[in-house]
Amino acid sequence: MKILVCISNVPDTTTKVKFTEGNKSLDTAGIQWVINPWDELSLTRALELKDNPASGVKSVTVAHVGTAASEPTIRKALAIGADEAIRVNAGAADAWYTAFQLAEVIRKEQFDLVLCGIESSDYNGSLVGGMIAEFLGIPNVSAVSSLNIENGKPVMVREIDGGKETVTVPVPCLAVVQKGIAKEPRIASMRGIMTARTKQIKIYEPAPAEPLTEVVSFSKPAPRAACRFIDPENAAELISILQNEAKVI
Amino acid sequence: MSVLVFTENWDRKFKKLSFELVSYARGVADLLNTSVLALSVGPVEDSELMKLGQYGASRIISIDRPELKNLDNQAWAGVIAAVALKEDARVLILSNNNTGKAIAPRLSVKLKAGVGAGVSSLPVSTEPFTVNKRAFSGNALAQTVIRSEMKILTLLQNSYGLCETENRAVIEKSDVQADTGFLKTEVLDVQKQTGKILLTDADIVVSGGRGMKSPDNWGPLVELATLLGGATACSRPVSDEGWRPHEEHTGQTGKIISPNLYIAVGISGATQHLAGVSSSKYIVAINTDKDAPIFEAAQYGIVGDAAKVLPKLVEAVREIKK
Ligand SMILES: Cc1cc2nc3c(=O)[nH]c(=O)nc-3n(C[C@H](O)[C@H](O)[C@H](O)COP(=O)(O)OP(=O)(O)OC[C@H]3O[C@@H](n4cnc5c(N)ncnc54)[C@H](O)[C@@H]3O)c2cc1C
Ligand SMILES: Nc1ncnc2c1ncn2[C@@H]1O[C@H](COP(=O)(O)O)[C@@H](O)[C@H]1O
Repeated sequence: MKILVCISNVPDTTTKVKFTEGNKSLDTAGIQWVINPWDELSLTRALELKDNPASGVKSVTVAHVGTAASEPTIRKALAIGADEAIRVNAGAADAWYTAFQLAEVIRKEQFDLVLCGIESSDYNGSLVGGMIAEFLGIPNVSAVSSLNIENGKPVMVREIDGGKETVTVPVPCLAVVQKGIAKEPRIASMRGIMTARTKQIKIYEPAPAEPLTEVVSFSKPAPRAACRFIDPENAAELISILQNEAKVI
Repeated sequence: MSVLVFTENWDRKFKKLSFELVSYARGVADLLNTSVLALSVGPVEDSELMKLGQYGASRIISIDRPELKNLDNQAWAGVIAAVALKEDARVLILSNNNTGKAIAPRLSVKLKAGVGAGVSSLPVSTEPFTVNKRAFSGNALAQTVIRSEMKILTLLQNSYGLCETENRAVIEKSDVQADTGFLKTEVLDVQKQTGKILLTDADIVVSGGRGMKSPDNWGPLVELATLLGGATACSRPVSDEGWRPHEEHTGQTGKIISPNLYIAVGISGATQHLAGVSSSKYIVAINTDKDAPIFEAAQYGIVGDAAKVLPKLVEAVREIKK
């Protein structure tokens, strides 16, 4: 079984986001770029499965749509343990465009199981995974919090609104993963970092496609009013304020 | 031309979530001078379907096919796309919940419809069609133009509210069938959460962090939530430590919620935590450290020890509930 993990490159989660040029684009100065936290967990789970021969997983590849500027993130994924890496040499214009490019790559390279994160922490679309599956006409399962492979079939736990279900779908398929898929992200070993340096990143040029959406500007949500402090000795006052002023209880 | 809204039911009943979606769809339809068509999948009685009319749906299409018992992203998207095409829908509206996130991307590819994912207000313009959507984990809004002829919007839960109107809805039964060739999801086991208010549905959430000190101190917090008719939540370290179940973890890597009231007890307010709760209408913080970042996000705060403050709050709520 061949697994592909789609990784996006996002600002470190503690970044205070700022914008430039009349709020038209992200101010990238000083930003630390990381593998999207979900994708790091997917990669970790894929490698855990590969470590267990009974799973039948033979290789774990990562794919990314982005310019050469995101190569450090791809190298990091190789250092963590991915066998191979693919980069589609194009800016990720929107979710539709990104998924279109990834679907093209998957058609050429043929994977049995594709993993995507539930959302990238920059544009928060929750879209790319489901879109890839539809482009390829393969089944997908979303909000997956546990993944195992039993007799060549992926067995997953998914969260639905109001509970959980254990489900399976035939391969080739795609899973959109969330919390629970792996405990802690795997950390690159010294050896991993050394071998990652020499591994080749396979570059694909993008297939022609037009994005469907375009971000034209950013804004910050309206700031909240300053906090009103209530004397801890008189905590009951809080309840009265919530009832009579805020009217939320 | 119409605005099509996908309304989900739970055990044959609609929840506030569905009514909010229809209210939002009504708002979008008014901007486009058109009407709202609500789509319901599953066995729902007419009296329940009619409720969707109260929030502005003019037509309610009900599809009750046994093959659509379990969520199969591919097959469900196929059915919704078929209705959208038949009805010449220009805008499709789904919730930004698990089901919406499962179906919207597949619909987008089927219909070549651009998606505005995670909107919380009406489009800022219809020509070009422009929406503000959540970005950078709630730290920004991205003004996004959707260029395709058909558009899909997913609405953040609890972000728009309910608007009632005069009910003039008609119900139609549709015979659209699922393409059974696409029914690939085999459900092996179901663990339904019963009895408890779902965290994502709750209007009031009481949440605890590491400042709660030990899993044994949760009693008053749970009691406060129960008295207020709310749900309980926690920060990530708390669920990582196994003090509370994973389902309660809120934040960037947990659940994203927007209740009317979020009470954060012993939570420092790290950006990753706020990412999951910052769109709550009111945030109340209880923390011993007056400089904790949570107070920057909160409208009301108490600088104090959770162990002392919580029992007082429980007592005060008991008083008003008398
Ligand atoms: C990639 C990534 C993703 C993450 N995702 C999430 C996420 O989704 N959700 C999340 O919550 N975190 C997340 N985190 C972790 C986050 O950065 C913080 O570490 C975490 O939110 C802190 O949890 P806490 O506030 O409970 O604990 P702490 O930061 O330890 O804060 C405890 C607070 O309790 C107060 N306190 C102490 N004693 C008392 C008392 N007796 N009474 C009242 N208050 C008291 C302290 O003053 C302090 O402010 C993530 C981190 C990373 C790197
Ligand atoms: N540029 C990209 N390259 C590769 N994978 C991506 C890219 N953008 C998003 N993804 C994948 O899609 C998931 C969800 O992203 P999104 O739909 O943008 O929220 C991510 O967790 C990745 O697995």
